[in-house]
Amino acid sequence: MVTIYERKAGERKPGLSRRELLKRGGVGALLVISGSAVISPEHAWGLETSALKPETMATLIQMARDIYPHDQVPDKYYAIAVKAHDEQAGKDPAHKDLIENGIADLDLKSGKDGYTGLGWEEQRVAVLREIENTPFFQAVRGGLVVGLYNQKEVWPIFGYEGESYSKGGYMARGFDDIEWL
Amino acid sequence: MAAPFDLKNDGVVVIIGSGAGGGTLGNELAQKGIDVVILEAGGRHEYEDFINDEWDSFAQLAWTDKRTTSGDWRVAKDFPNLPAWIVKAVGGSTTHWAGASLRFQEHEFKTLSTYGKLEGANLLDWPITLADLEPYYAKAEDKLGVTLTNNIPGLPGNNNFKVMKAGADKLGYKECHTGRMAINSEPRDDRNACQQTGFCFQGCKWGAKWSTLYTEIPKGEATGHLEVRPNAMAIKINHDASGNVTGVVYADKDGKLQEQKARIVAVAGNSIESPRLLLNSVSNQFPDGLANSSGQVGKNYMRHTTGSVYGVFDKPVHMYRGTTMAGIIRDEARNDPSRGFVGGYELETLSLGLPFMAAFLNPGGWGRSFTTALDHYDHMAGMWIVGEDMPREDNRVTLHADMKDEHGMPVADVHFDDHANDTAMRDHAYKQGSALYAAVGATRTFPTPPYPSTHNLGTNRMSEKAADGVVNKHGQTHDIKNLFVSDGSQFTTGGAENPTLTIVSLAIRQADYIAEQMSAKSL
Ligand SMILES: Cc1cc2nc3c(=O)[nH]c(=O)nc-3n(C[C@H](O)[C@H](O)[C@H](O)COP(=O)(O)OP(=O)(O)OC[C@H]3O[C@@H](n4cnc5c(N)ncnc54)[C@H](O)[C@@H]3O)c2cc1C
Ligand code: SF4
Repeated sequence: MVTIYERKAGERKPGLSRRELLKRGGVGALLVISGSAVISPEHAWGLETSALKPETMATLIQMARDIYPHDQVPDKYYAIAVKAHDEQAGKDPAHKDLIENGIADLDLKSGKDGYTGLGWEEQRVAVLREIENTPFFQAVRGGLVVGLYNQKEVWPIFGYEGESYSKGGYMARGFDDIEWL
Repeated sequence: MAAPFDLKNDGVVVIIGSGAGGGTLGNELAQKGIDVVILEAGGRHEYEDFINDEWDSFAQLAWTDKRTTSGDWRVAKDFPNLPAWIVKAVGGSTTHWAGASLRFQEHEFKTLSTYGKLEGANLLDWPITLADLEPYYAKAEDKLGVTLTNNIPGLPGNNNFKVMKAGADKLGYKECHTGRMAINSEPRDDRNACQQTGFCFQGCKWGAKWSTLYTEIPKGEATGHLEVRPNAMAIKINHDASGNVTGVVYADKDGKLQEQKARIVAVAGNSIESPRLLLNSVSNQFPDGLANSSGQVGKNYMRHTTGSVYGVFDKPVHMYRGTTMAGIIRDEARNDPSRGFVGGYELETLSLGLPFMAAFLNPGGWGRSFTTALDHYDHMAGMWIVGEDMPREDNRVTLHADMKDEHGMPVADVHFDDHANDTAMRDHAYKQGSALYAAVGATRTFPTPPYPSTHNLGTNRMSEKAADGVVNKHGQTHDIKNLFVSDGSQFTTGGAENPTLTIVSLAIRQADYIAEQMSAKSL
């Protein structure tokens, strides 16, 4: 089972020195691998993997952001969007191979520091362009369309208000409030 | 009060499908005292059960049984197993529809005579004229409560409409208004007025938008002459030695095959399923399927020339608030070949929620070009293009050679290639739409490719001569007198207008004809 958990206040941050440290290109935020989990110490959430390697999951999260980059959307939602691959990998060895091999190939194509070692989004996107017709890329991209944009928590970030019936529709809530025309 | 009819009752009219065509025909016949059984493949979800959530609603209502696609249309690449976005539920696609209700123009019933022969197009004049249909259009507008007809006020314009209207004025368009909508602008027919909820495509939880689910069907049931049998998927229509149809074999809710006997059968499963059912009803006498002596069953599949234009502005719009189709521009609907194509198109406001926008804005697209569009979701306005497309023999619904559904029925393959006229029209509309938004200050516009087909037409077309089509001017098959087609598959050509008002008008007209023929004992 993959779980996304919010870390409780006061919980000790995992020691960084003994852990493999993944430095995210460009933005400078940190995703940390601890045991079987990907952890965001800055933002107090973690993602535990069961079938995929946690390093694979961390790279997948970066890849997800590079495919659908929204600078105002925190990593957590990308993590939630790709966690289904860990669940599916647990049930289907072929899917596990697809993802693990896909990420390994991505790292290989990215040079000695791997995919997440590439500092600029453009550099990573160039590698993604090379593989965009592969089943691996399409599985990741296709899953994100629903996995990312169908999270109710991200809708407000885009200014989409979602369900409206229970609020009586927009009759009295601005269906015609445009003022700048 | 729904009258349950016995399977062996061979006096009933059996209608397949409970959408715009089938639901209307069923009620019209029931009002005349004729016993009707409607077989509906989908379940029954009353409007309180509808869901204000795009994917959840899609899962609740949409037809997701497997279909395949081929041809050069982009839908085949982007959505290979979803050629059409239509519904499998009581009420059919009138649960999902937006409600735009327009009459055809006179020349659109006479396309061959008006446009002339066009290479690669199988144009034909309808065997009826606008004048024949006018009295039925009037009845249909009253039935649906279409705004701006019958003294019904128009809907108030929402933000998306206001942007469209401002641009239309700048471009000099004359005919731009909040549309002829089958949505109550004030309470009518025991239904609420529109509350501007913005989920018209997900089923109207207020019942403000007309759907057979909560108008025609309960009214028909109240007469005691109509039974709607949900979760009943018709598989095959049977006939006797004289070639008349005698009953319909269907899979019931448990997947068990049943046969409902019938005096008359009317097929209204929408333009993919209706030909699929006829083609699957093979026998020694009819090896090519029922009513197919012309070989036209499944051919001439039309889907309207569509596409969308979205524009991003430097200030907020919130297009998703209020009616999804909130206004229309009709100036381009005329036939004016000087634009480089025959026929015309309508521009209608459209909005998708964020989840569907992500899926449909540029399917397969990724990277910043794509995501910066979505970043401005609340600053977007949108419109949909709907124009006349050319019927082509090769654009057709066929039975898949080896893929079958859970009942062992071959799945439908939908083949579609754009005609050059379709492409020229779409390009023209993209330009006009982009210019319109630019005129109000759009900083970026998106010519968005067609979605899976919401309008599906023409696969059992109406013709004067039996050799040219499947049904006559009453929707009665040329080959079998007690077999009718009652949905959009009857359309000889598609017109520029959204089809449902015409489907409903034809169904009202067909009910009169069936009743007449029954009392004259010719049926
Ligand atoms: C999102 C959306 C928006 C739309 N907006 C508009 C609009 O604004 N204006 C407009 O004019 N039109 C609009 N349409 C199109 C409109 O919904 C259709 O034109 C209309 O509903 C078609 O009527 P029909 O009777 O042919 O088929 P449907 O309404 O689709 O009904 C067919 C029914 O038959 C059932 N069925 C199929 N096969 C079988 C079988 N073998 N056995 C039993 N039952 C079967 C199906 O489950 C379905 O319920 C829209 C459609 C969609 C999806
Ligand atoms: S906007 Fe109006 S018609 Fe559309 S779903 Fe809401 S109440 Fe119904």
